[in-house]
Amino acid sequence: MPASLSVIVDSFPYLLQGTLNTAGIVFAAMFLGLLIGIAVAVGIVYGKRPIQLLLSTYVWFFRGVPVLVLLFLFYFGLFSYFDIGFSAFTSVTIVLGLTTGAYQANIFRGAILALPKGQFRAASALGMSNSQAVRSIILPQILRMSIPAWSNEYSIILKDSALAFVIGAPEIMARTQFVASRTYQHLPLYIAAGILYFFLTWAGVYALNKLSDAVRIPGYSHNGIQE
Amino acid sequence: MTSNTPILKAQAIQKSFDGNTILNGVDVVLEKGEIIVLIGPSGGGKSTLLQCINCLVIPDDGQIELEQQPIDFSNKQDLYRLRQQVGMIFQEFNLFDHLTALDNITIALRKVKKLDRNTAEKRARLELEQVGLGEKGDLYPAQLSGGQKQRVAIARALAMDPKILLLDEPTSALDPDLIGEVISVIKNLAAKGMTMIMATHQISLISTLADHILFMENGQIVESGTPKELLAKGNVNKTQGFCDRLNELATGEQ
Repeated sequence: MPASLSVIVDSFPYLLQGTLNTAGIVFAAMFLGLLIGIAVAVGIVYGKRPIQLLLSTYVWFFRGVPVLVLLFLFYFGLFSYFDIGFSAFTSVTIVLGLTTGAYQANIFRGAILALPKGQFRAASALGMSNSQAVRSIILPQILRMSIPAWSNEYSIILKDSALAFVIGAPEIMARTQFVASRTYQHLPLYIAAGILYFFLTWAGVYALNKLSDAVRIPGYSHNGIQE
Repeated sequence: MTSNTPILKAQAIQKSFDGNTILNGVDVVLEKGEIIVLIGPSGGGKSTLLQCINCLVIPDDGQIELEQQPIDFSNKQDLYRLRQQVGMIFQEFNLFDHLTALDNITIALRKVKKLDRNTAEKRARLELEQVGLGEKGDLYPAQLSGGQKQRVAIARALAMDPKILLLDEPTSALDPDLIGEVISVIKNLAAKGMTMIMATHQISLISTLADHILFMENGQIVESGTPKELLAKGNVNKTQGFCDRLNELATGEQ
């Protein structure tokens, strides 16, 4: 077996563990971002002026600063400054979660604004409170509409997660680099890393397409256009 | 069919958007079982008046009383309570697109009236049958025709047992051949004594259902009276002229 192949075989369990770690970081970050994104979008659309300003500032901050800067800021800056002992894994999850939260907020905000005004009005006219209308009428519709954009966001965050290697989180990139620097088999190892990222992207996007089909509203096609 | 104490009183309702006065001191008094029809040119304030009555649009000034109880516009609970008792039918139906016809009706029964799912579904099926859609409960809005959507919307409003029904041009967004089914549902409601305020250009609804006609123009009620008073032969007034033109349109189309 050529050395290039045997190094892949030998390091496979190690890289696979890294892949699971990457998946863990990304799923946790996307979930955190989902909760933040929904809350922020609802607050920006329906909230009072001070709340809108506060939330918009959050969105602008995390959209305007590179993830790498945020990682350093949080991991080396904030967390060490205040002596909070977060692991690299936790730090990267929080930073990516806050970042994608800002982007997801914009996805959901756009969807809320695209929904016909009559939906909220009809809910109000039936005597629903504002929060009932948002929970029962607005969110179920805009979350469906947002799946394609959300799947896009997933693939972006997945690849951003590779930045975690700079603070030593044990994910795909860090582990690949670790093996490569010992074996000097850079080419096959980074090809392997690329394939692992590609596989995670494909699996996630495939699952989200399936989800989109499963929750499709009868009478509407994928793009929300009435059939 | 009318009693003496009004079920709804709106007084001196004032509303402007961005400096444009839409409603300029409008009064409406509605008695139980009465049907008031709002007519007049588009942009005259009919829609805004209806939306002010159930506080979907909060009036800038004026007073609204439901059964002698004044509504505090700054109190959310007051607004929710008012809207639970005043049903509304929209020109563009506004069915919840992600819910079946049945769930369009059950959702408010469950969330607002706190009924359990079974009771809510039973009630919803009853209301769907009343509007002739007993078989369509499992279909989604996108699978229904315009006329069917509007009938589901009516069933949805009625399931809440409203004391008053507000109808904002209920047939205006419908194909001519679908108007009939909605008109007959509305006429049935009238026959059962439903209290209604309806904005419409549908001449058959105006002449046959109205106890009282209000003609609105430029944010004010410029004429008011029974159809007999306003539509008597030889009368020269805005209502008469408006209805004559609607009549010409209606016969012209046939």
